[in-house]
Amino acid sequence: MDTAQASAVTTKTVTFRIWRQDDPAKPGHFDEFKVPYAKGANVISCLMEIQRNPVTVEGKKVAPVIWDAACLEEVCGSCAMNINGRVRMACSALIDKLEQPITLEPMSKFPVVRDLTVNRDRMFDALKRIKGWVPVDGTHNLGPGPRQSSQDQSVMYVLSTCITCGSCLEACPQVTQGNDFVGAAAISQARLFNMNPTGRMNAEERVRSLMGPGGVQDCGKAQNCVKVCPKEIPLVTSIAMMNREVAKLTIKDIFFQDETSKGHGGGPG
Amino acid sequence: MAAAARFTVVGGGLAGLMTTIKLAEAGHHVDVLSLVPVKRSHSVCAQGGINGAVNTKGEGDHPDIHVKDTLRGGDFLAEQVSVKGMCYAAPGIIYLLDRMGVTFNRTPEGLLDFRRFGGTLHHRTAFAGATTGQQLLYALDEQVRRYEAEGKVTKYEYWEWLGMVKDDTGRCIGSVAVDLRTMEIRTFPAEAVCLATGGPGIVFGRSTNSIINTGTAAGRAYMEGAQYANGEFIQVHPTSIPGEDKLRLMSESVRGEGGRVWVPRKKGDTRPPQQIPEAERWYFLEEKYPKYKNLVPRDVATREIFMVCRELGMGIGGRDGVYLDVTHIPAPVLDAKIKGVMEIYEKFVGDDPRKVPMVIFPGMHYSMGGLFVNFEADPKTQTPAEGSPKNQSTTIPGLYAAGEADYAFHGANRLGANSLLSCIYSGMIGGPAMTSFAKSQSTSAAAMPEKHFQAAKQYWQERFNGILKMNGTENPYSLAKELGDTMTENCTVVRYNDRLKKTVEKIRELKERWKNVNVLDTGNVANRALSYTNQLWNMFELGEVIATSALLRDESRGAHYKPDFSLPEPKTKDPTQDPEWMKLWRERHEKWAKTTIATYSEAGPKIHYEPIATPVLDPEPRWYA
Repeated sequence: MDTAQASAVTTKTVTFRIWRQDDPAKPGHFDEFKVPYAKGANVISCLMEIQRNPVTVEGKKVAPVIWDAACLEEVCGSCAMNINGRVRMACSALIDKLEQPITLEPMSKFPVVRDLTVNRDRMFDALKRIKGWVPVDGTHNLGPGPRQSSQDQSVMYVLSTCITCGSCLEACPQVTQGNDFVGAAAISQARLFNMNPTGRMNAEERVRSLMGPGGVQDCGKAQNCVKVCPKEIPLVTSIAMMNREVAKLTIKDIFFQDETSKGHGGGPG
Repeated sequence: MAAAARFTVVGGGLAGLMTTIKLAEAGHHVDVLSLVPVKRSHSVCAQGGINGAVNTKGEGDHPDIHVKDTLRGGDFLAEQVSVKGMCYAAPGIIYLLDRMGVTFNRTPEGLLDFRRFGGTLHHRTAFAGATTGQQLLYALDEQVRRYEAEGKVTKYEYWEWLGMVKDDTGRCIGSVAVDLRTMEIRTFPAEAVCLATGGPGIVFGRSTNSIINTGTAAGRAYMEGAQYANGEFIQVHPTSIPGEDKLRLMSESVRGEGGRVWVPRKKGDTRPPQQIPEAERWYFLEEKYPKYKNLVPRDVATREIFMVCRELGMGIGGRDGVYLDVTHIPAPVLDAKIKGVMEIYEKFVGDDPRKVPMVIFPGMHYSMGGLFVNFEADPKTQTPAEGSPKNQSTTIPGLYAAGEADYAFHGANRLGANSLLSCIYSGMIGGPAMTSFAKSQSTSAAAMPEKHFQAAKQYWQERFNGILKMNGTENPYSLAKELGDTMTENCTVVRYNDRLKKTVEKIRELKERWKNVNVLDTGNVANRALSYTNQLWNMFELGEVIATSALLRDESRGAHYKPDFSLPEPKTKDPTQDPEWMKLWRERHEKWAKTTIATYSEAGPKIHYEPIATPVLDPEPRWYA
């Protein structure tokens, strides 16, 4: 609506080095682009500019860069990538605050699909593993849910703002493309559902899902996750709390094996 | 139909996921097609809340008042039966979401908290901070994941719906879709298909919408014979932050929690806002609308802000922009209730809105119009009859639409916090309707001759192969930008017929130039330019529907404002006391209180109007001053 105001373009340019990879099986390379500078621009608006003129600094016409994005306001979780070597959301990466040339690379802990897009299925699979849901009886009208205190709500609200972007996995030294560590995001979600008054009824199942290979004990306590989380979720606290729950359940299993095996089928982990 | 039949839901936002849950709960299998992982759908962007007359504040709120506010807010263009059903279902929907674990804000007693929103005088909006859409979407995403783990739902994420498969009678028996990673094209037989594909924000270039909201599916369904209704009714949200890549929404909840809109009384005042004393600030909404103040409906607030900047030249620094001020509210309160939007402003603008008033301007936000859908009224309650196959059905048998993709619930202007509600409600009645439809058919879609599916698949393979060979001189993304600039300039807040005519001509020109596109990318993995070039055509079709519908409606109503055809100001404060004005109003109403219906033809949309039944509420002048 205020085209003139927002596109106050000067002759300044912004330089990008962008990772190109046509196929996960093929080797990749960097392409360099220059785009006109605009005030308030971010990495996504520059990638859009490249779509409209996909020509490298050498003057070579190339295919537009492929990247994932949707909301552009840091709430959908799509556009996580490595920007100047650090994982972050591309939409909120303002050009004015970045050193040039700006290097864009895909996250390394997930298989590349093409260019900057990766396959984050392991994150959604992890949410299945931890049974990240409240098992409601049905969608028919059963009246209000249980009362909750504002204090509990404010803790749970923060946990539930996780956008499944994958930054915490990317920064984690324990996560590799070959292993199955569930990662901080899913562990924190288990904590969220175990706090919910109804979700709590299946708490043990979720704790059990975090036992064994790929579970919470694979955490090496590097604490990188919490530093890169764009939503500032207290991931380290969540991991510590779930770790304690796992330890408690392990002890319980040792001493009260007979009783627990009667009551619970065990988790999928 | 088999006891456990197969259905397709396109779109994984609130409407699509609720439709999916209803179908899965009834024991059916659902294929969910989504451009992105469903957890990243555009519903995630909704901020302020969801309406329901739960009346926990002792204000005497009631679903009937919610109905009235909604119908009046939409200037009596909404489909009344569905609105009544929605408002009556709202408290139950909020309770259901609460049971699913949505982290709604609480009162000191541990009950759900409710806030004020536009177009009503009641605290009717349940909220989870200022990221309510995110929280609601996640709750439904989690329930669908549970069904997925049980094998009742199969998600096809990064799949794009291309078009329908129809039998010889014109019934929709499935879909064709493309895998956006491998570019494989395949068919999905289905007893019924629901398009819950959201709105067409990207037709306007920059909007508050996610960049996936091109409206492509609705555009294609329209081309394949589904009628598109009320296309001209485009909501421009009063408060957004203009950006290079998008217009970022600043939720109405900012005003619901006490935010005030103002400009300096002195034109061209260069002082920083904090240094301008109270008496030298012009709170123009509060002054003109003493009852609703900053919470007038969105179309009203948008026009006022637009006029202050464009006609009076009183925008901040002489440019487009007014202050949205929350600096008088304690920071802890802001953080407890609207932290999500405070952070967006901080991150993208750089100023802390807790200390410095925000600068905002209206931005394209929502389409009230969409695919035409039917409802069957229960004669006793005048709400949609439970389980009727008619509910949410488009004009194509077997094709349903829900959420922003349908036209029904919001008329000429949507009230804030009614969109999350209409998404969920339309899914709740749409799912059972699809089941009933399937039961009523003598032949199951799965048993239909293979030739229908083969022909549809072949059509799309040929179309995509054709686009892949396009090596002209036009860049598809640049054509989209031209479309967006034209639409934003001429089809948003203020509309003039000469400019609308030029817009239609411009779109026809763009359609011609599309034929000379260069697809830019000939790869066979994740070739986005290929799918986008196909989408672009559908965006042109919707743009043409919107502009043509706006051109032909010679009146002002809700979000559709034509100064050349507006009623004069009434002589009395209460317009019903001015008989001359009432006569004009009645004449206008009789002529234009009708649903605009667009039917596809290659030469351009064919428009006709259909009368609106008013079994719930008689129309009256819409007046907020």
